[in-house]
Amino acid sequence: MNATLTRWLQAPSIILLFIWMIVPLSLTVYFSTIRYNLLYPERTGFIGLDNYRFFWTDPAFMPALLNTLVLVGSVLFITVILGLTIAVLIDRPFRGRSIARVMLISPFFIMPTVSALVWKNMLMDPNNGLFAALANALGGTPIEWLQDFPLLSIIIMVSWQWTPFAILIFMTSLQSQDQEQKEAATLDGAGFWAQFRNLTLPHLARPIAIVILIQMIFHLAIFAEIFVTTSGGPGVQSTNLTYLIYIQSQQAFDVGVASAGGVFAIILANIVAIFLIRAIGKTLTV
Amino acid sequence: MTDKQRDILKNRIAVFFAWVAALAFFFPIFWMVLTGFKTENQAIAIPPLLFFEPTLENYTEIQSRMNYTHFAMNSIITSFGGTLLALLIAIPSAYSMAFNTGRWTKDILMWMLSTKMLPAVGVLMPIYLICQKFGLLDSRIALVVIYAMMNLPIVMLILFNYFREIPKEILEASRMDGTSTLNEIRQVVMPLAWGGIASTALLSIILCWNEAFWSIVLTTTEASTLTAFVASFQAPEGLFWAKVSAVSTLACAPIVVFGWLAQKQLVQGLTFGAVK
Repeated sequence: MNATLTRWLQAPSIILLFIWMIVPLSLTVYFSTIRYNLLYPERTGFIGLDNYRFFWTDPAFMPALLNTLVLVGSVLFITVILGLTIAVLIDRPFRGRSIARVMLISPFFIMPTVSALVWKNMLMDPNNGLFAALANALGGTPIEWLQDFPLLSIIIMVSWQWTPFAILIFMTSLQSQDQEQKEAATLDGAGFWAQFRNLTLPHLARPIAIVILIQMIFHLAIFAEIFVTTSGGPGVQSTNLTYLIYIQSQQAFDVGVASAGGVFAIILANIVAIFLIRAIGKTLTV
Repeated sequence: MTDKQRDILKNRIAVFFAWVAALAFFFPIFWMVLTGFKTENQAIAIPPLLFFEPTLENYTEIQSRMNYTHFAMNSIITSFGGTLLALLIAIPSAYSMAFNTGRWTKDILMWMLSTKMLPAVGVLMPIYLICQKFGLLDSRIALVVIYAMMNLPIVMLILFNYFREIPKEILEASRMDGTSTLNEIRQVVMPLAWGGIASTALLSIILCWNEAFWSIVLTTTEASTLTAFVASFQAPEGLFWAKVSAVSTLACAPIVVFGWLAQKQLVQGLTFGAVK
């Protein structure tokens, strides 16, 4: 294969991805510096950083930023701890293991709008939901999940979907763990915790880092779960940055402010992405 | 109790808790499938029913009254179309990168992956306005293109890894015989890489099928996929639980099966190749 042909074969993917990246990106940056509201097409012109100021001083901004951090942080904590525990639990031969595995990772393949509706209606509904029935049966009062604990409800739903992802990754890496080393440690009288701390955990250090980084990228962008269940409410109690920008663009039709928010979201995601790219780069052997 | 007995006991306890976790995680899915076979009254019964006479009326009604097929077709067209387009662009590129690895190949791949990390909401306005300008709001074409570009980096990376595992000697042998590059791809590489391409396609289809941001934002009815269709049930509170469950079961079943089949590629694809 000569150099010209190589270039021709590689060009389409590179050029198309470049367009896909650079056009929307530069438009977002451009829109964020001009007056641009679909409801008032007559107002135009360059306004510098006013859109950013407007976005940052929006009373919903700080709560949304805080919600985003709480959401990402809690889901990460829950999924990594639960994922590790469960991956270690099923990392042993037993009858029906493949069935248990399938049951454990299935939630990850359920589309986000479906899982949001299942949790919202059939499980968390304060009147007809299953949790309410359980509470009644135990003599308590049903919790108004989405009304009283909107952010917690979202955290539970997202954790249910993403713990299987952590399990899947940890399970895969546990299989590549050196079994002889573990047997030797057992013979030397090392207990479960000693083995876990000194052998398993170091072996899983990289997968854990990768799971955390990838989940951060995805969880910064959580949208469907909020859209379908709480619509960001009550008030802004479960509004994250993604949802706030969506509201700015689709309900206030303010392209300028929504773009300023978009730039902010891109910067936030890039802080995580830098670390992720570095971690991936180490494994990609060329 | 001897050490051996203690080990067996510990193992039993671990297996017990593994099953508890498995049942707990699977329960919402089980409950959804079950609710799909209830009547609407049974679905909202207090307390919820575990035993009842199953009915198929939801499944017949979602077809006749809600036009399920229309949305399912949109999902099929957009996710298969997006995947096909991504594969068409990626196969030649990944092929040439794998067999003619240059100084920049790694940097190009890393840059491609970095485009995947751009949050969708960051480019919401430009994409929306571009679609509006070209009359592509609520059109399947827009979704096909977006899905293809969204998955292109992951598809590239996995295919690149697959192609690299093909022994170079085979190619050199066929080159000695004077095979053209096109024939080389068709007759030598494709048969060897077929399994890899198929499972990459599977992963891409899963990701497109469950995509819920662009399908909700860019479509209203004509091009709405199943994710957007299900989202439209959010408004009337407490209505149609049984029908929503039936729709959801149908919408998720093929993808759950695909997911089980593509587990390995999924790990590689979703971790951008960092965990294999």
